[in-house]
Amino acid sequence: MHVDATEKKWVILSFAMAIAMMGILTAYALNKNIHPPSNVEIIDSTTLHLSDEFNEDNLGIKQAEDGSLTITMVAARYGFFPHNMTVPVDTPVKIRIASADVLHGIHTANTNFNTMIVPGYISEVNTTFRIKGKHPMFCNEYCGLGHDYMWSQLNVVSQEEFIASLKKGDE
Amino acid sequence: MYAHASKLSLANMWVAFITFALAALMGVYQVAERSGMFPKIEFIELYYRSVSSHGVIMGFVLTTFFIMGFGYWIIHTTLKRPIWGGERMGWTGFGISLGGTALAAILLFAGEASVMYTFYPPLKANPLFYVGATLLVVGSWVWCLQMVMSMNAWKKENIGEPVPLAMYAMTANAILWFITSLGVASEILFQLLPWSLGIIETIDVGLARTLFSWTLHAIVYFWLIPAYIAFYTLVPKAAGGTLFSDEISRISILMLLVFSVPIGMHHLYVDPFQDAGWKFVHMIGTFMVAIPTLITGFTVFASMEVAGRLRGGKGLFGWIWALNWNNPMVLSGGLSLLMLTIGGWGGMVNASYSLNVAVHNTQWITGHFHLIFAGTAVIMYFSSAYYMWPSLTGRPLFSTKMALLQLWLWFIGMLVLTLPWHILGLLGQPRRIGVAPYSEEVTAPWAPYEFLMLIGGVILFISALLLILNLVLTHFNKKADTPPVMEYAESMHPVINLPKLLNGFGFWTAVIVIYMIVSYGYPILQFFTMDTIGTFPWSI
Repeated sequence: MHVDATEKKWVILSFAMAIAMMGILTAYALNKNIHPPSNVEIIDSTTLHLSDEFNEDNLGIKQAEDGSLTITMVAARYGFFPHNMTVPVDTPVKIRIASADVLHGIHTANTNFNTMIVPGYISEVNTTFRIKGKHPMFCNEYCGLGHDYMWSQLNVVSQEEFIASLKKGDE
Repeated sequence: MYAHASKLSLANMWVAFITFALAALMGVYQVAERSGMFPKIEFIELYYRSVSSHGVIMGFVLTTFFIMGFGYWIIHTTLKRPIWGGERMGWTGFGISLGGTALAAILLFAGEASVMYTFYPPLKANPLFYVGATLLVVGSWVWCLQMVMSMNAWKKENIGEPVPLAMYAMTANAILWFITSLGVASEILFQLLPWSLGIIETIDVGLARTLFSWTLHAIVYFWLIPAYIAFYTLVPKAAGGTLFSDEISRISILMLLVFSVPIGMHHLYVDPFQDAGWKFVHMIGTFMVAIPTLITGFTVFASMEVAGRLRGGKGLFGWIWALNWNNPMVLSGGLSLLMLTIGGWGGMVNASYSLNVAVHNTQWITGHFHLIFAGTAVIMYFSSAYYMWPSLTGRPLFSTKMALLQLWLWFIGMLVLTLPWHILGLLGQPRRIGVAPYSEEVTAPWAPYEFLMLIGGVILFISALLLILNLVLTHFNKKADTPPVMEYAESMHPVINLPKLLNGFGFWTAVIVIYMIVSYGYPILQFFTMDTIGTFPWSI
């Protein structure tokens, strides 16, 4: 068996490059605590409207007593509910979504918000929105003939404006 | 015997290229529809029918039939012995695959199966579509068996001799395809088919997606390995040189075989129902696959450099210009490697555990796989067809100039199509949308890139027509020729004392099975220990 010396060096270099990339990704994931959304949680997609969490009255953004924010959403052909959402900038939010029918996906450009929404399972994303303004949230998985009509607005505002919007909602 | 074998190969390849032409036509309709510049052709139902058909044909039909035809031809031209099981068995497999393809095509064209080539339950297609898809795969298993058994029979007749590299790599591909197709086959047989027939009421979409992911990555290597075979054995020959290293090429092929199957979960990075830990394990595996690709790049460049220097090329880069770029095989090799470089770079982003969320399911992904599959792999299918047609039909290639023009157009069209798609993805455009009925504010920044996409699509369609025209005119060329003998590159150093591990697959198959159990065992088993709630069928 014959292996050229230069080629041997290149093989070693190839391994080194792959290992270096894995190392960088691993260090980054652990240091910044960035992991892909990977919630393993079951739900009955046919009875979302009867569930405590995903019934119509409970959808939208809620602030818990400890101040943490949770967004609860339903994806159903062909829209995300609620349709418009306001969130504060630079604040951690937990987003929980369930599908009422088929497979969907949702993402917002220039953010880490991107998840599949699979019937029978609850998707959960923990993220922070850094850019103020109106962002479209698209359905990014083919879900039927109305797929490209499925989108919503995400409104990222300053923390003061957000508190004002919460109060307005209470009235 | 030779002439008969060429018929079997030719029949397979004609199915591949005729369906390819049809799917290319759909492709150009889709970019036109999607560009938003022709409101009169915006029929969303037709669009998704077209997208589903385009995907099934390009991903399953073009590839499977081309690869089967290539494989049979490799048996005859490298082993120089009859196919194990005989040609009749090959025709049986061909018939099963063709019947399945026809059945699936009828339902796709009729709009009864607009569920994409990835099936996407709980969207439900006509059950016969799943039957058709299964038959296509089952027919190809006959080919897998014939590849493996033919190699084994040859080894028994030539004890201690190294299996010719092209045959060795194509047999690896047959094993790879068999193992990886088991994922989608079990999804269809145990889930989609009984569910679509009403035998079982609900389907676990999480399990279905996990099983499909088993197939979804290695299938890309099933498509790519024939291109690598061309890189290793046809490009250096056409360039007038030798293969830099036979042994290292074998090691690359084995790495592709072992590393590419148990890593499919990187397609599920943002899915719920699988824990982040498993995604991390599959990320590690995914980066391992970069290694054989990097090694292949080196081997092919080194082989081409040898050829360039033999042709009188001097200096650090002079050998590049000394190569005969007017040879379709040499040209396609160069263009293919360029596309592999760009596409591979994008692939690193997709494969990244943490960065994937920036691009998942955006148009970036469509750009990536068109560059890697339709660019890198398929351009080598074209040049391999140009190379094989004269030996298969006994007639000289109708026009080398037309072939060169076709390859250049394919390369240019592919870049004009896919680079804007990458940008559109970063701008947030989701994949698989039709008319993009979002607000003006959202779609305005997309417009220039969509225009480029349209231009790229048209260039690609012209290129596809040139290919078919050239192959047809060659087939019916009145100038009959004695079929040229199909030649493969020799290794620069004779292959002596080849370790047994580099001349067979038994050990490596066992390694894959163990690796599969480790990486997919729990992720699949968990669906049977959790109390999952299935989903009823939905129409599109």
